[in-house]
This record gives sequence, C-alpha cells and structure tokens, in this order.
Amino acid sequence: MNPEQKGTGADVDPESAAGSIVVCPDGPLIVRGEFEIVTPSGDAVPRERKTVALCRCGASAIKPYCDGTHKLVKFRTGPPAG
Amino acid sequence: MGAAMGSPAFVPVISAAEPRSTMKIPESRGRVSSALFNVLSQAPDAAGPDLDHLYRVVAGHVAGAGDIIGDEDIQLTLFCLYELHYSGLDGVPDTWEWEPDLIKVRRLLEEPFEAALRTAAHQAAGTFEPPAGIAMTSDAVADVLFGLAATDTGPSVSRYVARKASLAQLKEFLVHKSIYQLKEADPHTWAIPRLSGRPKAALVEIQADEYGGGRPERMHSALFARTMRGLGLDDSYGAYVDAVPAISLASVNLMSLCGLNRRLRGAITGHLAIYEMTSSQPNRFYGNGFRRHGFGADMTRYFDEHVEADAVHEQIAGRDLAGGLVEAEPSLLADVLFGATAAMALDSRLSAHLMSSWDAGRTSLRASMPAAA
Repeated sequence: MNPEQKGTGADVDPESAAGSIVVCPDGPLIVRGEFEIVTPSGDAVPRERKTVALCRCGASAIKPYCDGTHKLVKFRTGPPAG
Repeated sequence: MGAAMGSPAFVPVISAAEPRSTMKIPESRGRVSSALFNVLSQAPDAAGPDLDHLYRVVAGHVAGAGDIIGDEDIQLTLFCLYELHYSGLDGVPDTWEWEPDLIKVRRLLEEPFEAALRTAAHQAAGTFEPPAGIAMTSDAVADVLFGLAATDTGPSVSRYVARKASLAQLKEFLVHKSIYQLKEADPHTWAIPRLSGRPKAALVEIQADEYGGGRPERMHSALFARTMRGLGLDDSYGAYVDAVPAISLASVNLMSLCGLNRRLRGAITGHLAIYEMTSSQPNRFYGNGFRRHGFGADMTRYFDEHVEADAVHEQIAGRDLAGGLVEAEPSLLADVLFGATAAMALDSRLSAHLMSSWDAGRTSLRASMPAAA
C-alpha cells in the first residue's frame, strides 16, 4: 500500500493491497490476503485457514483468534472506524 | 502453517474422507413415502400409472395434514426427493432427478411446507419487525441478524451436552446431526451460481473453508465422520435416516428447499448467516461434553474447528453474503430474514424435542439404533 492509499476504504485499491483487515463493528478483525501470524520471537502461530478473525475484545478462549465471546461480554467498538 | 497457507499440499489419497456412497432407501413412514418408493423402484418411462397414484396420494395427504413440519411421512418423502439432487438413492435411476412429474410431486409438498415454515419463522421472529421502506446497508443487515441470533433463547442442548449428557445421549446427538453434517455445506453451495459480486465471493470464501481449503481430510463433513467413528457409529451417508424423527429431517429439508429454489436465494443466505451466528459458543460446549467423557482432541476436532471457523464465517455471512445481497437486491431482505428465523424456529423445535426426551429418560430417536451403534 503506498502512502496515497491510506485513509478511508474508498482510497484503497484492493487489487494491489497484499491483504486487508476488516474492522467488524462490535466484533473481531477479519484479516484476509497474504500475511503471517507470528509470536514475538517470530515463530509461526498455528493457523488453520486463509482468512482469520482476530480477537479484539480480549475475552476469546482461543486467542489470537476470535471465538464469538465478544457477543456474550457485550463488547462495543463505538462509532465505526471508517 | 503460516507460509504454507498459499499452496495447500496435494493429497492424492483420501484416507479420512471416503467418497460419499449412495444412501440406501429408508423404511417408509406411511402411504406417501411408500408410494414414492414404489415409483422410484421403476424406470421413469415405465412408472406412469404409479406416478399418477403418487400425485393423488400426496394431494390427499397434504390436504389433511395438520403439522407438516412434524409429519413423518411428508418429511421423509421430501427428504428422499431432495436426495435425488445430492448423491441419489440406492438403485434409483439418476434420470429421476429431473422427471417433470416427480418435480410436480415435490412442488405439491414444498408449497405447504414453505407456508408452515413461514408461519413458524414469523413466530420465531417475535416482535421483531424489519425496517420498512429504507434501503439497508450490509452493516445494518448484519446488525439485524446478530440481534436475531441474540434472541435465541430456546432450551440449550449445548449446555446439557457440556454438563450432563450420557455417552448414549452423545451418540444420539451425533445421529441427529449426521443427517446434515455428513453433507455439511452442500445445500448452501446451490446458491453460488445464483449470486454475483460481493455475496458470491463471500459464499465461496466460506464454502472453501467448509470444504477443507483444498484438503479433503479437513472437510467439515470428514471431521464429523471421524467423530462418529470414534463413538462407534456408522459414518456411511444416510445410515441413520430411519432413526431420526421428522423434525430432524425438516431442518435439512429447509436447507434443500431454500438452496434448490433460486427464488429463495435470499433465504438460504439468511439461513447460513444465522447458522454461523449461533454456532461458535454451542460448539465449544459440545466439545466440552466430549472432553468430559474423556475424549481427546482427535474426537473434539470437529467442534473445536467450528468454534474458530464460525467466528470468521458469521462476520462474512452476515455482512458480505446476506448484507451484500440485500444491498444489491433490497427486495430480498424479507427472505433473508425468513431463512434466518425459519432456521431458528426448527432448531428450537428440535432442541425442545431432544431436551423433553432426555429429561423424561427416553430416547430422542424413533427406534433403537441399528446394530452398528
């Protein structure tokens, strides 16, 4: 992503971006595209699928992945980021 | 995984997931299914008089049927008619699939079934009213669906499975689920060519995950089969159709109805969205139930996988699939909600059946299970 593509979704060229992160209201971050999830020391975090949901509420039992617990803890993200 | 994600290894030999075999023809449950099996035992061009007979029997039975969703004979007949579009029935010629007179019979059953589903769905929606006259964004559609899922307050089979279910009840639970889970995702796949753009891409993304991301041994149906085998159950396709009651068949018939009829493409997306939205937490509880009985990760893999996968799928299904479809075709909102609330209605009816049977110390199945169990 070049500097001009920062900002709102309308400026992003999805074809040239290596990946994208969807900021789900009151929910996780959906990450798709080309990326790796690693520990602080650089080891790969086990990953079972191409597109993942990363926990944003802190309550998931399978972090870094989402397990839907945000719905039970009434996690709210406030006004949409976009 | 990491870097290997982009190029899944080619798996030449399928060990865990044998190709699905044809389902054996079930025992009839009355004069309608009996007339159907009589017709299917013949070639289409030789069955004329018996086809006419079948049509008359169906017309007569439907006219007098009170509760179509709980009607054993009707649900089994519909299930077998739909099965012709999946992997077929033992010994039944493939040409029956598109035989116009048999499609006529199916439509004669589908019409009152859909009407009963719409009534049940309306009740499940409670006081919820979709916003009228304004175009909804995909975020708003997802919000409505998540809101509906949160109102799902029927009896909790998942909590019972987690804390109390006996080994025999765990087997019953798998037997009910096996009717769908051994062909998991297939009914929603019918919708792919009926969609375009964003909702189509969303559905393909979800289904690719359901089908193992290119690795057949990871297909959700294969993971389910492994759990069945681990409990000594027969994982061959359709092995337990005779054992389950109408409501278990009706849940699958709902999916086939909405998947096979293009006009119901909104409903099948709503169904998938609510199915995913009500799945992550229950699957955690199901896994806990099996762990409580001492089963290891190999046995709970199916449930553990769904905790993680469905937390991804619920976002994509609610926003990009159902929401994207409503953005493209605003008139489909009502059908999206129909699919979602019909799924909730049948699920809570099945849950009530399981819990009332188990609370009373009875089996939830129609008959004792086949010897293999």
